[in-house]
Amino acid sequence: MEFIISILAGVLFSTAIYNLLQKQLLRVIIGTVLLSHGAHLFILTMGKLKRGAPPILTEEGGPYTDPLPQALILTSIVISFGITSLLLVLAYRTANENDTDNMEQLRGNENE
Amino acid sequence: MLYVVLIPLLLACLIPFISKMKHNIHTGIPVLLIPSAIFIYFIRFVGTNFEPMRQSYNWIPSLGINFDFYLDGLSLLFALLISGIGALVVLYSIYYLDSQERLGHFYVYLLMFMSAMLGIVLSDNIFVLYTFWELTSISSFLLIGYWHFNEKSRYGALKSLLITVLGGLSMFGGFILLSVMTGTSSIQIMIQNAEVIMNSPYMPLALGFILLGAFTKSAQFPFHIWLPDAMEAPTPVSAYLHSATMVKAGLFLVARFSPIFAGFEWFFIIVSIAGIVTLCWGSYMAVHQTDLKAILAFSTISQLGMIMAMLGFGTKLAIFAAVFHILCHATFKGSLFMVAGIVDHEAGTRDIRNLGGLMTLMPMSAALALFGTFSMAGIPLPFLNGFYSKELFFKSTLKLPEGTHVITTFLVEVIPYLAVFGSIFTFVYSLYFLFGTFGGQKQLDKLPKRPHEAPVGMLIAPLVLVLGVIIIGLFPNAFNGAFIAHAAESVAGTEVIKEITFWHGFGSTAFQMSLVVVAAGILLVSTRRKWSMIYSFVPGRASANHIYDAAIAQLDNGSRHINTFIMTGSLRRYMAIILGTVFLITFGFMLATGGFTIDFSNLADVTITEIAVVLVIIAAAVGTIFTKHNLGAILVAGVVGYGVSLLFVIYRAPDLALTQLVVETISVALFLLCFYHLPKLRNEKPQVRTRWINGTVSIGFGALMTLIGISAHSSDWFSSISDYFLETSHSLGGGDNVVNVILVDMRGLDTLFEITVLGIAALAIYSLIKLKNNRGAK
Repeated sequence: MEFIISILAGVLFSTAIYNLLQKQLLRVIIGTVLLSHGAHLFILTMGKLKRGAPPILTEEGGPYTDPLPQALILTSIVISFGITSLLLVLAYRTANENDTDNMEQLRGNENE
Repeated sequence: MLYVVLIPLLLACLIPFISKMKHNIHTGIPVLLIPSAIFIYFIRFVGTNFEPMRQSYNWIPSLGINFDFYLDGLSLLFALLISGIGALVVLYSIYYLDSQERLGHFYVYLLMFMSAMLGIVLSDNIFVLYTFWELTSISSFLLIGYWHFNEKSRYGALKSLLITVLGGLSMFGGFILLSVMTGTSSIQIMIQNAEVIMNSPYMPLALGFILLGAFTKSAQFPFHIWLPDAMEAPTPVSAYLHSATMVKAGLFLVARFSPIFAGFEWFFIIVSIAGIVTLCWGSYMAVHQTDLKAILAFSTISQLGMIMAMLGFGTKLAIFAAVFHILCHATFKGSLFMVAGIVDHEAGTRDIRNLGGLMTLMPMSAALALFGTFSMAGIPLPFLNGFYSKELFFKSTLKLPEGTHVITTFLVEVIPYLAVFGSIFTFVYSLYFLFGTFGGQKQLDKLPKRPHEAPVGMLIAPLVLVLGVIIIGLFPNAFNGAFIAHAAESVAGTEVIKEITFWHGFGSTAFQMSLVVVAAGILLVSTRRKWSMIYSFVPGRASANHIYDAAIAQLDNGSRHINTFIMTGSLRRYMAIILGTVFLITFGFMLATGGFTIDFSNLADVTITEIAVVLVIIAAAVGTIFTKHNLGAILVAGVVGYGVSLLFVIYRAPDLALTQLVVETISVALFLLCFYHLPKLRNEKPQVRTRWINGTVSIGFGALMTLIGISAHSSDWFSSISDYFLETSHSLGGGDNVVNVILVDMRGLDTLFEITVLGIAALAIYSLIKLKNNRGAK
């Protein structure tokens, strides 16, 4: 199963990057969202899947799933949420100010 | 000594405040105290019983970079020149520079230079030396470009910077080689281990690199081209940096390292050739110049070449003569520069074609120039120091070291003749300078100003230097024993001659050479107009300047091409380039090191539910690319998010699943809020080529990540640290939910920063929404 999830992560990376390379802002943002999903699954497979109970200690003890990737991913989910919201508002503002959401037209001045 | 070196730099920080204050005192007057104090500090060391001393201050001990100061005879000579001429130059500048100029800038640069130059001559640590070396280049750049509104100043400043910094970098390479060879960064220890260096196969490389640095700094042919253009600097700067001190840093470097390399035959060959060619070319070109300062610039080049050649000879006599001439040259050339500045200041021009007959109007300046030029020309009079050093130079050319190489034997034959040739032209330009300015017919109608004698204050500094010329000329042995001999000893390593004598008798070859110089010189001066046409043949239009200009133009063009090629302003393109590079490098590296492994054992089982979820996610992810509606794209992206949270449930990560669900819901809501304001998705048909590139990059990158994931799973390099958290969660964190304990206890600070990031993002979002639309204001 780990390999299948790895492949899924790879697919998410590919689609994310394809979206990132598009001209429209909305697609770029969707790309970043997909990228973080891909990264989360990627990290998750590092700790091996389905080995034991959720990492909440109980009386019986017994094997638990690796808690470390989960902690990392939890942090990442929150941060990527922040990024996504910021990007969305930024895109909204940019499109409003410049009357375009085309990356090719948002290049800045020629002489910069 | 640390304080002595750094005091100019530290006090320079005060200059801007002093110069801003409203008062009638010229900023130069307080500045004058600094070099004077340093001069007094160093003059205490002068004496026959001088012993080298060393002081160390830690700077970066872990890298072997420390302020190791070493004061020997050579350093002392230079330190006295730097502070002594520095004081005179500051005094002169008080009268030369009007208080309307940006004096704050000028003195800050000048003091910065003073620190840097003292640092060069006193540092025993090569890396500290290099730092100060580049600092002199920078302060020279700033001072040449002081009148930055002149196009020529900017050109000259840039030229000097490019050439000297190029040499400096090469020298740095040489230093690194030396320190690798010997395992130390101290010059004195290197000298003690000279044999290690001489036996190293990298020695020629190190020598070449270091000599390139020295030659560029000391304006040796063909790198001399920056010095004439540096004359755009204010005259005090030319007198100080570009004649007395900074250009001698290269000579200092060669002298400092000559105990190491002296036995090497190529050292003699390269340095002698560079020096003697520079001597001849500089003096030959000087006669052709029309600008007073240009004459002096080429004259400086030629004199530097002469000293360089003597350092190359490496005999005791030659080293002594070289050190002696460093002192003599500083005195007479400094005074001549100051006289040129006075003429420029009082007559309004430096063009020798318009000058002439100023002797009656400016008698004091004329007298000063007379001593300076006669000393430079080497006229045999017992009160001119220039004659002594010229005579020593001739003597040293007659006793060259013996060598086995064919070039050495050739050089031994040729150098005496070239020395005479160069000296003849030295004689010619000296008299040309003197009589062109002060002799001949007055041409007052061609002068912008009516010339008159300079104020007394302006004459003090050149007068002191001319007195130096005479005193050294009258009592050479007094100076010799006190410190010249010490300086020569620290270069030669052994005791050198103690006596400088004026009269060697008619029979001495050196004196006959001097006579030839004087006779031929007088002949050439009187017939100058007849043979000056030779300059249209040699050098004609050929000049190292053309090469420099062409190289700069090429560099400009090349940079612009590369820039417009890479920096298109298209973020998509940057991204494709960056990701493509990451892919190639990572993939190549993994492939080359055999990083890709696959191991099917130890895998979790596969269930239908998981497969179904995975397929849905894949379909949704691919769907984001092909949907043509905003709403569709957002919802499809949401499907991916919910699918991932489902996977979290399956893989026993309840916290993740909960968080992901909440976040995903809010995200979709946000997307929907914003999408109303964003333009509709267009069904764009990009060029096939672009689509291929994008597709390749993204698929390649995804495949790479998959491979890395599989390889990471299949290999077992390190044991996991997770057990630690499982074991200690209860005892250390007091919680049973291990993920939570990690986040709020074990990595509590990380989480705190994470909250900060979110807070900042929230503020940014708020201000982006609330910010007034300022399109109307544009």
